[in-house]
Amino acid sequence: MNPILQEKNNFTKESLKKQFRLSEFLAEKIISSVAFLSITIIVLIFFFVFKESLPIFNFGKADAVKTEINADSKPETYGETFTEELKPETYGSEPITQEELKPETYGEVTAEPAVTSTEDATELGHENNEGADKTWSTFFTTEWVPVSEHPRFGLLGLLIGTLKVTLIAMGIAGPLAVLAALYTSCFASKRVKETIKPIIEMLAAFPSVVIGFFALMVLATFFQDLFGYDSRLNAFIGGVAMALAAIPIIYTISEDALSAVPKTFSEASLALGASKWQTAFFVILPAATPGIFAALLLGVGRVFGETMIALMATGNAALLSSNPFESVRTFAATIGAEMAETVFGETHYSVLFFIGSLLFIFSFALNAIAEFYVKGKLIKKFQGK
Amino acid sequence: MKKSKKEITPDFFSNQKKGVDIKGKLVVGITQVAVLLIIAILFVILGIIVYEGRERFSWEFISSFPTDGMTKGGIFPALIGTFILVVVMSIAAVPFGTITAIYLTEYAKENSKIAAAVRFSVRTLAVVPSIIFGLFGLGFFIQFLGAGIDKTFNGGELHWGQPNILWASLTMSLLTLPVIIVSVEEALKTIPRELREASLALGATKWQTIKNVVLPGSVSGIMTGTILAVSRGAGEVAPILFTGAAYYLATLPESLSDQFMNLGYHIYIMSTQSSDVEKTMPIQFATTLVLLILTLSLNLVAVIIRSRIRRKAK
Repeated sequence: MNPILQEKNNFTKESLKKQFRLSEFLAEKIISSVAFLSITIIVLIFFFVFKESLPIFNFGKADAVKTEINADSKPETYGETFTEELKPETYGSEPITQEELKPETYGEVTAEPAVTSTEDATELGHENNEGADKTWSTFFTTEWVPVSEHPRFGLLGLLIGTLKVTLIAMGIAGPLAVLAALYTSCFASKRVKETIKPIIEMLAAFPSVVIGFFALMVLATFFQDLFGYDSRLNAFIGGVAMALAAIPIIYTISEDALSAVPKTFSEASLALGASKWQTAFFVILPAATPGIFAALLLGVGRVFGETMIALMATGNAALLSSNPFESVRTFAATIGAEMAETVFGETHYSVLFFIGSLLFIFSFALNAIAEFYVKGKLIKKFQGK
Repeated sequence: MKKSKKEITPDFFSNQKKGVDIKGKLVVGITQVAVLLIIAILFVILGIIVYEGRERFSWEFISSFPTDGMTKGGIFPALIGTFILVVVMSIAAVPFGTITAIYLTEYAKENSKIAAAVRFSVRTLAVVPSIIFGLFGLGFFIQFLGAGIDKTFNGGELHWGQPNILWASLTMSLLTLPVIIVSVEEALKTIPRELREASLALGATKWQTIKNVVLPGSVSGIMTGTILAVSRGAGEVAPILFTGAAYYLATLPESLSDQFMNLGYHIYIMSTQSSDVEKTMPIQFATTLVLLILTLSLNLVAVIIRSRIRRKAK
């Protein structure tokens, strides 16, 4: 037995060495390089969305010249194509991290450890009040007046609007979807489960423009008649509509998490005399917490970046109030509504792209937390720590 | 010991159920209400849109152009625009999605860091807000690629460097890529290991095995992915807001560098920027109905195919 095996092994090794097949090699290389495309896309998205927002990081015209030099000294991060896109005055070529901003010491910036936070940059912006630094100084105000003689880009109003809608939407979607998931995975019979799940997941197939339209035409009127508030479109309507968009996501992921809890957990609990609902709430639900947390995070991500519903159902006025029945304007809706009217290279255009990069970073971070937190926790939990 | 056990078991549990279960029933009831509420909302939306849209919904509505400043007529160009969009999108996304899925299931090693990175990016792509894809399409396809092409080949004349159906489709294909990857991957995983091993044992190379054994077995998975992607692409509006969708066009797009009308965009425009929203209400509901029928039926088909794959795998 042994010698035969050995001989076979030798044979295989030799033949492997001799036979280099070009087609095999090519196939593997092509397939793996195509697979890397998804990584490339993520990098490109970050790069290009951020790139278009760069002009707002330019402080004053004199500095623009210096930053040019700076850009030349770092060609790797850019590629020459970058300079083609240059739009004259408002252009600043800062590399991807904004930490490197340091207006006054620009010439030697490469030699210095550049640590300047965004807030510092804003203060410095006040000092040489010229060009795009005005944009920065208005960022932390609440007024959003992008098209005027003195444009003001107060992001705070938009941020509060976005948070308000997100809070309302998650307040509705979170409990509803998690409870529904709990019923589906713990209490429903197999037959019921197999009907409920596809139906609720069908909600995910509703395009957001359809949900937005429904909110605009039906929900808005319905709730106005019910509560009798003034503005027909408001944060509450937007939140309700976005909850509809978030429910299928939260439901599906939490249901998966609940079903993934090992059967031994519930069997042990039932064997100790706990009833079915006690098992569900005090054993299965806590065990699946990381998964449910991830589901909620992804739900937040969906609501935060939802554009069409926000555009159609929130009223789109950046008002500052804690009243849920007032109009709000969200980040995503602002991009959606105003991008088409801006001129390429203008400050307004760059600010919108800057908001876009904020949204991208935020959703990226949420996804990363959801992924790594959950994986770490769940594996620890189910494999006996 | 034995005796007491016998005594307890039936009585104890039945008593407990009768006594304590009010709370239990309440708790279970609450979860049940959540399920019923979600399902009710879903059917209310469906019902209202079907009810309001049905009076204008007809063959004529689908097959005619809008007239009188979009207050009358049909949605034919929007339908065709959506159709071209999803076809071009699929042509771009399906091969890439399939190949990525093949890499992940066939070539990637178990603990490979690269494969993990690919998986992570696919999942990130799935959660990036759709408006970001729109921004990317504008920044990359239009301002970078399109303007670059114009500069090098057209002598700076604006042709590709503006919103058109090609850029919109490519933007949409990025958005739908994860949908395809996930479905194909799932289908590839259902192909039994033995089939691959048999093929390899007969002397076929890895690529031959993939080409002749694995891929034919996953055709239905690729189909599911494509259908789901089409359904998603037909309904998304945010990515095409500024990459190619047009408010109104008198003619159908003739080439890939033309702008196009789109069902979802049509609904958005009609319901928010139309001069007379009340008057066009039936048209809006009918358009929404068409879009909903389109996406829901596509999804239904995908679900059916998918459940068949799963049953086969068992």
